[in-house]
Amino acid sequence: MSDASMRVQGASKLVRGVVTPEGVEVFVRLASLGERASALALDLAIMIAALIVLGFAALLFDTQVSLTFGIIALFLLRAFYFTGFEIAWNGSTPGKRMTSLRVLNRRGGSLAPAAVIGRNLMREVELFLPLSLVTAGAAALPTGPWTDIAMLTWVAVLAALPLFNRDRLRAGDMVAGTWVVVAPRRVLLPDLAAVRTLQHREADIDYRFTEAQLAVYGVRELQLLEDVLRASGDDVADMRRDVAQRIARKIGHAVIDMTEFDSARFLEAFYAAQRRRLETELAFGRRRRDKNDR
Amino acid sequence: MNGDRVAFELKSAQFRRERESVWRELEALVERAERQGVRSLDARSLVRLPILYRATLSGLSVARAISLDRNLLGYLEALSTRAYLCVYGVQERPGPLLAAFFAWRLPRAVRAAWRHVALSAAVTLGGVVAAWLLTAADPAYYGTFVPPDLQGNRSFHSSTEDLLATLDGGDRGVGRLSHFAASLFSHNARIGMLSFALGFALGVPTLALIFYNGLMLGAFMALFHSRDLLIEVGGWLSIHGPTELTALILAAAGGLRLAGAILFAGREPRLVRLGRDGRDAAIIMMGAVLLFLLAGLLEGIGRQVIVDTGLRYLIGWSVFAALLAYFCLTGREVVR
Repeated sequence: MSDASMRVQGASKLVRGVVTPEGVEVFVRLASLGERASALALDLAIMIAALIVLGFAALLFDTQVSLTFGIIALFLLRAFYFTGFEIAWNGSTPGKRMTSLRVLNRRGGSLAPAAVIGRNLMREVELFLPLSLVTAGAAALPTGPWTDIAMLTWVAVLAALPLFNRDRLRAGDMVAGTWVVVAPRRVLLPDLAAVRTLQHREADIDYRFTEAQLAVYGVRELQLLEDVLRASGDDVADMRRDVAQRIARKIGHAVIDMTEFDSARFLEAFYAAQRRRLETELAFGRRRRDKNDR
Repeated sequence: MNGDRVAFELKSAQFRRERESVWRELEALVERAERQGVRSLDARSLVRLPILYRATLSGLSVARAISLDRNLLGYLEALSTRAYLCVYGVQERPGPLLAAFFAWRLPRAVRAAWRHVALSAAVTLGGVVAAWLLTAADPAYYGTFVPPDLQGNRSFHSSTEDLLATLDGGDRGVGRLSHFAASLFSHNARIGMLSFALGFALGVPTLALIFYNGLMLGAFMALFHSRDLLIEVGGWLSIHGPTELTALILAAAGGLRLAGAILFAGREPRLVRLGRDGRDAAIIMMGAVLLFLLAGLLEGIGRQVIVDTGLRYLIGWSVFAALLAYFCLTGREVVR
């Protein structure tokens, strides 16, 4: 069952199953490092923009009050930007929303606020410490020089952590039991078999298939054919003609008159007949994966 | 025609025809929830959402078993996942969330981590005692433990009068005080968050950080002790010190909780254990941040305004007693 579903998701190494509390496994695709990096870059850009706005706002007040205001705002921004948004927006921040990412509980339950807090507190060593090291040098470290080397090593290990595990977890994700997934989006297209059933039934007389002809292909070929039928573009007619002729040859469908041969109608009819046959087999518990699966 | 069509129709196409309206309705709800948040849904939609979600989820199970339409399967997978994310997102409202946090989550998390709290308290105390003894024996250690930029007017070269003067309040303008309190809070809270996050490095930097903190405190005490100003410096430190130290110790305990989960995962896989304990640790750390705020106020404003040593002791230690009572006594019965 799951291998078919995996294929549905695009057969990526980043696809993971999550068992919902209802006991059904749904599949999510983990965000790649590139996607997460761009989400982070967007969030940092927003934070910097917010800082600039705050800076201008602070100019309006007298110095002591604006200093207080600025220090608190800076702290809140640094400590609670990610946490606040991820709690309020159900696991996504502005940057994540723009790249359609979100944070998810790895074990399938709801995303606890404590988990969100935990994963973002770790940014202190994963993100802000390296950032301040880059901008301020070793002076940013609050401890004496004898811990510098040890801390630098750890910071490097932490920052590189997502590179070294299958699930692209950063330290915060490990601490909180979360992972970051791409919020999937699919459009439901018309059912090819249903369209055909309603419209072209009377014209099917030419395109009937025997049991033996329908025993050639399996699910993989059927779904490739679905892609061909759903494809659009300039050369789609040529492609359909090519595919139709190859199928006709393979299954031994006698084409009496090539000029009368309507490749689109042939493919639709074959798709419907093949799907009926394979789905009937499926109902009896047999999934024929592809043409080599006997 | 109709009976004819049903007979001819594929099982999977019929299944889709019967269920599609449910999926479309769910899709519209999820779309809105994603754009404007689950709370933007009206009461009727909120009732519908889980019903539609469960119907779609069961539809997905059926579709996997009977349908070979790749587009349909992909659509249902994606819709179920999106709906799942909506239904099982962060659901609690801010009010009850905060109430639960203070009423039982925080004190329970702290009590559950009592070993880590005890260890970080012991390490801090060890730092204090070690630096005190060393500095008392040889004042040259003072410069090693207390970095020059933190010494200010306070060193073994200062006169007793100068030392006493540093314990007085300072400038008492409101703006100046609030600025001072805010910068103390943000600095200390960041140190606390750092010592928490460094717990991931198996806790070694966390312990180093709090030990070092203890060393500074110990050296400081030794300096004032050598001039018989122990009672005065005690008052100066007492007004905020117990609160701030509690916050630091809690932050470190949170970090040690992480380290403990990695090092001593027991029968569970490390990642599972870490995911579980990490949440408790985060709760402890949030409590620590709030304590840093309290300590910042006590230090930045309270200490500057209140210069009477007795009053300083009284305020500082009664706050500490209240904290102790809170962490030990509250939230023993969970009210959900």
